[in-house]
Amino acid sequence: MRLLTHNMLSCNRKGVSNGFPLGIEASKLEVKEVDFNSDFLRHIYPKIEWKAFVDAAKSLGLNDLPEHVDDSMLEDDDFLHSFHHALLEVHLEEGALICPETGRRFPVNRGIPNMLLNEDEV
Amino acid sequence: MKLKQLEAQLGYLAQFQSPKVELEQYPTGPHIASRMLFMAESTFGDIRGKLVADLGCGCGTLGVAASLLDAGYVSGFDVDDEALELAQQNSLELETVLDLVQCDILSLPSRGLKFDTVVMNPPFGTRRKGADMEFLSAALKVAENAVYSLHKTSTREHIKRKALRDYGAQTAEVLCELRFDLRALYKFHKRQEVDIAVDLWRFSPLRL
Repeated sequence: MRLLTHNMLSCNRKGVSNGFPLGIEASKLEVKEVDFNSDFLRHIYPKIEWKAFVDAAKSLGLNDLPEHVDDSMLEDDDFLHSFHHALLEVHLEEGALICPETGRRFPVNRGIPNMLLNEDEV
Repeated sequence: MKLKQLEAQLGYLAQFQSPKVELEQYPTGPHIASRMLFMAESTFGDIRGKLVADLGCGCGTLGVAASLLDAGYVSGFDVDDEALELAQQNSLELETVLDLVQCDILSLPSRGLKFDTVVMNPPFGTRRKGADMEFLSAALKVAENAVYSLHKTSTREHIKRKALRDYGAQTAEVLCELRFDLRALYKFHKRQEVDIAVDLWRFSPLRL
């Protein structure tokens, strides 16, 4: 899974009022190149929760994204390349996602997060 | 990519070895999957450069097809880990990238981010009544522009009514009727081949 996926996932466990953003424990990352597409980045940018994205990137050791962005940066090539790399090329292969409220762990194996809840959590 | 090429590529994908009857794991064959995605792109421009989700992705055929047609990002959601593993292999086989998530479609672990387009081949609801409608309801909640889905032709009026009246669809349109060629997958299939008429639907969610 990539950080774009992380940016949309939240913990839906019963009783949790804000399960977003999930913390990340990373034990294995992989980088796979994807064709750069600035139109897609501009399209997706308004949907991204930026702070959650930057924090998640940092927890994977990706430190070159700015804390704050404004629309003018979407014309800046260096920025777009950093955004592209963190959003679409870095895969969390092994690790876990952690609910920010309860600490509930959702394991990530072979790149696939298991977000299934137990019966008593629904 | 041309329709014929897309269909040929999808022909390389592995299908379920032992489909689970309770989940109605009917594979979406290359013929239907290629036409569904090709039409979504060529007629409506709903795939290329878009954020696409495949709900109940199974072995990942529709998601892979979306990716082959240059979707900007594709994710597949399924409850079954064996299906997801197959989807992973299939996506690697055709050098596409699918982000797969194991979850229940009824409680999508989403903070509310909307996909441009949802593509799906949901259970027909023959084993567990209403499963098809649960998928449709979930899809219309997470899609911003369009939902493409397959449903039995025999349920056409019911689907249309529910989508427009209960699930907030603004439009519900049958794009074409297809034949779903189910080889005898399960023991309860008495004949060797079971041919089912299905509708390819396009729904557009109500824009707020």
